[in-house]
Amino acid sequence: MSRFQQWAFIVKEALDKSFLVAKFFCAVHVTSTYLCSTALVYGPSMLPTFNLSGEIVLLESISTRYGKVDSGDVVIVRSPENPRKVITKRIIGMEGDSITYVVDPINSDRTETLVVPKGHIWVEGDNIYSSNDSRNFGPVPYGLLQGKVFWKIWPAGAFGSIGRRPQTVDPALKVVEELKNS
Amino acid sequence: MFSTLLFMDPVLNFTVFQVCIYLELDLVITDMGTQNIIWNVCKKYLTIGLVGITLTDRYAGVCPIRGSSMSPTFNPSLGSFTDDYVFLEKFCLDKYKFSHGDVVIFSSPTNYKERCVKRIVAMEGDYISNVNGASKVPEGHCWVEGDNSASSFDSRSFGPIPIGLIHGRVTHVIWPPQRMRKVDRRIRQDGLAF
Repeated sequence: MSRFQQWAFIVKEALDKSFLVAKFFCAVHVTSTYLCSTALVYGPSMLPTFNLSGEIVLLESISTRYGKVDSGDVVIVRSPENPRKVITKRIIGMEGDSITYVVDPINSDRTETLVVPKGHIWVEGDNIYSSNDSRNFGPVPYGLLQGKVFWKIWPAGAFGSIGRRPQTVDPALKVVEELKNS
Repeated sequence: MFSTLLFMDPVLNFTVFQVCIYLELDLVITDMGTQNIIWNVCKKYLTIGLVGITLTDRYAGVCPIRGSSMSPTFNPSLGSFTDDYVFLEKFCLDKYKFSHGDVVIFSSPTNYKERCVKRIVAMEGDYISNVNGASKVPEGHCWVEGDNSASSFDSRSFGPIPIGLIHGRVTHVIWPPQRMRKVDRRIRQDGLAF
């Protein structure tokens, strides 16, 4: 009898512990989908803002859920070309905005202008010379947004908030705009 | 002697008074225990909520179908007052593996707050025939159409949708009870050009 009691105690304890772990995972899931989570950003496409080797950032999903993001924000988007991948880009225009972009910045200054369709956003990397973004796959539906990046946490030297779009990032477009103004 | 000193010093007096109030409050709480009960109930509901949200987000969910765009499959008669409720599984979201004929729920590309339910007609790389001739479905996209093509707002108007917009695959109709059945994969042949 005492052995049975011992076993019952052990089983009860194990169940309690596993339920606690399950609860913990549920809490983690809810926080990461509805409040904020972390992401590892790497690659050349956002170069002045994020470095090549990888940075860990905080992203929040409250503003994307309620449609509060605006152009200039850095967002994480589920790639329209491969749903298993997410990409980090900067929003250039929201629905209804008129966008001018350099089609092929390495070879020419040719620009194109278009209006972003309803329910879509236009995203581009900060380093337009090596970025696969809306210039290749067109405007992205808003539903693919995963979150807005607002804080860098690693490496420690880069700790801080994400700045606005740097001025020097788009020389080709700058030349075009100067020509237009003169 | 002590009491006179107490009354003489207003600051000390106030402190003693406060301590008394705190002690009294504490006594009240421990005596009644209602606070404790309320806290326990809150904790229980919070746990249920967390577990429920996680399960419906990651594994399976139930949702109602409105409108007649999928008419023979869901909401067959306009006269019925109740909407069909369907069971959707979300294990397919792990790898984003879908196949032709799956009925899926996705957020509309024109309005992210709206959810649509349609059938996948063509996957990436397939050719689809529409008014402008045959066009290829781009990489990472799929072509969705309603079963009731007469009244359906689908890929014929907004083009192919990214697979990433899909939220789940419909497997069963579970309500009303007389219509309970499995939703089968149906491949339509006439839409595919190749």
